[in-house]
Amino acid sequence: MEIKWLVRIWTRYWPMFIRGAGVTLYISIISTIIGAAIGLAIGVIHTIPLPEKGARRVFLKVVNGVLSAYIEFFRGTPMIVQAMVIYFGSAVSFGIHIDRMFAALLIVSINTGAYMSEVVRGGIISIDRGQFEAAHAIGMNHVQTMINVVLPQVIRNILPATGNEFVINIKDTYVLNIISVTELFFQTKSIAGNNFRYAEAFFITSIIYFIMTFTVTRILRIFERKLDGPANYDMLGNQMQVQKPESMLGKDGGLVGRA
Amino acid sequence: MKNVIDIQHLSKSFGNNEVLKDINFSVKKGEVVCIIGSSGSGKSTLLRCINLLEKPNGGKIFYNGKNILDAEHNIYEHRTKLGMVFQQFNLFNNHNVLNNCTVGQTKVLGRSNDEAEKTAMKYLEVVGMGQYINAKPSQLSGGQKQRVAIARALSMEPDVMLFDEPTSSLDPEMVGEVLRVMKELAGSGLTMLVVTHEMEFAKEVSDRVVFMDEGVIAEEGSPEQIFNNPKEERTKEFLKRILKEM
Ligand SMILES: Nc1ncnc2c1ncn2[C@@H]1O[C@H](COP(=O)(O)OP(=O)(O)O)[C@@H](O)[C@H]1O
Ligand SMILES: [Mg+2]
Repeated sequence: MEIKWLVRIWTRYWPMFIRGAGVTLYISIISTIIGAAIGLAIGVIHTIPLPEKGARRVFLKVVNGVLSAYIEFFRGTPMIVQAMVIYFGSAVSFGIHIDRMFAALLIVSINTGAYMSEVVRGGIISIDRGQFEAAHAIGMNHVQTMINVVLPQVIRNILPATGNEFVINIKDTYVLNIISVTELFFQTKSIAGNNFRYAEAFFITSIIYFIMTFTVTRILRIFERKLDGPANYDMLGNQMQVQKPESMLGKDGGLVGRA
Repeated sequence: MKNVIDIQHLSKSFGNNEVLKDINFSVKKGEVVCIIGSSGSGKSTLLRCINLLEKPNGGKIFYNGKNILDAEHNIYEHRTKLGMVFQQFNLFNNHNVLNNCTVGQTKVLGRSNDEAEKTAMKYLEVVGMGQYINAKPSQLSGGQKQRVAIARALSMEPDVMLFDEPTSSLDPEMVGEVLRVMKELAGSGLTMLVVTHEMEFAKEVSDRVVFMDEGVIAEEGSPEQIFNNPKEERTKEFLKRILKEM
C-alpha cells in the first residue's frame, strides 16, 4: 500500500466514494426505520391477547402463524441469497422488473423487520403487567394502552437494539453489490478495478465505513440521553398552601363522584 | 340509599382453583367498606371482578342497576366509573406526575388538555402532590407514588374507588401519609371499597367491614361488631392472628 496512491485515488475519486457512502447510508436509514416499524407492528400483533374462542381467535392464530414463518425464514437465510431470489426471481417468475434500489430497500427492510419484531416482542413482554392493568383500569382498550403507555416504554427500551441494527445495516448493505446497487462497496470495487489498486481503495473505504458507524453510534447515545430527560425534577412553588386540602374535599361536590 | 354495586352469586375460578364461591354483597352510594382476610382468600380477585380486570365465571354484578356481565355492556366505559388503586402503584413509567393524571382524561374521557390539567391539579393538591407535577415516577418515594396513583384515579372522577392493599408495599414510615389521604376521601362522601390489613384504619373509617375467608364472605357487619364481637370462629382466629402480628 502506498501513500501516493491513497492520495491519488482519494483526490480523483472522492465524489464516487461519497456518493457510494450516501447510498449506503440512505438504504440503512430508510430500511432501519421501515424495519423498526414492521417490527413494532408485528410485536403488537403477536401480543394481542387471544380470545377464548370464536372466529377472531382462529384469525389471530393464522396471522400469528404467517408472521412467525416470515420471521423464521428471513432470519434463517443469508441476505445475499434473498437478494438474488427477490431481484432475479421477480423478473423470471412474474415478469416484473423491479428497480434495484427498490429491491435493496425491500430486502434490508424485511430483514430488519424480522429481527426487530423479536426485539419488540421481548420489549413488550418485559413491560410490567401492572402497566397494562393500570391502563385498562382507567378504561383504555388494547390500542390505547399500547399507544399511550406500553409502546413509548418499549421504544425507549429497544432504542439501543435499533441503533445496533442500524450499524449492522450500514455494514451489511455491501451484499447488495451482488445486484449492482451503487453503494459504497460496489463503487469501491469499480474504482479499485479501474486502477488495479485494491488495497488503497478498500483502505479508504474501511475508514469511511468506520466514520459512519462511529458517528451513528455516538449520535444515538446522545439521543438516548436526551430522551431520558433531566435526572432531577423542578419542584413547583408552594402556591397551593393558601387552600387547605380538606377545604377542597366534598364541598364543591368534586369528590363525591358523578352519579 | 340505593346500591351502587350489587353482587349476586358471583363465582370465579382459575383452572380448578375456585377462588370466589357464591359471593353476595353490595355497596351503597357513599359507603366506605373495608375488606379484610388472609392472603389468598380472594379479596383482590373480588375487586378485580368488579371492574372486570378478571372475568367472573358465574353470577351477576349489578352496577347502578345494570348487569355489567351482559355481553352488550361496554367494559371500557364501565371501568372509567371505577377508580382503582393497586398495591404496586403501577404509575405509568413513561409519563410524569401530571401526565399520569391527565392521559386517561384526554384519551379515554375526551376532555380537553386544559380541563384535564385543571382536574389533575385539583386532585394532586388533595393528595399533597401538587408540587411534584414534573417528577417522573422513578424519582418518587413509595408513599408519593401511591398518592399520585390515588390522584390519577380521582382525576377520572369515578363513582367508586377500589383500593387493593394500597399500603402493603410501603415502608412503615410512609403508610401514614397514604392512610391520611384515604381518611380524608372517606370523610368526603366518596364511595370506597378498600382491601386492607390496616385494622386501625378499617375500624376508624369503615361503615362496614367484610371478612373474607377461602373465597367466601365469612362475616360482615359494622366495625364494632366485627372487631369487638365477631360471631364466626374463623373471624376470631384471623383477628387474633393479625392483631398479634401488629
Ligand atoms: N391470575 C391468576 N391465575 C391463577 N390463580 C390466581 C390468579 N390470581 C389469583 N389467583 C389465585 O387466587 C387465589 C386468591 O387470590 P387473591 O384474590 O389475590 O387473594 P388475596 O387478594 O385475598 O390475597 C389465590 O390462591 C391465588 O393464587
Ligand atoms: Mg391481594
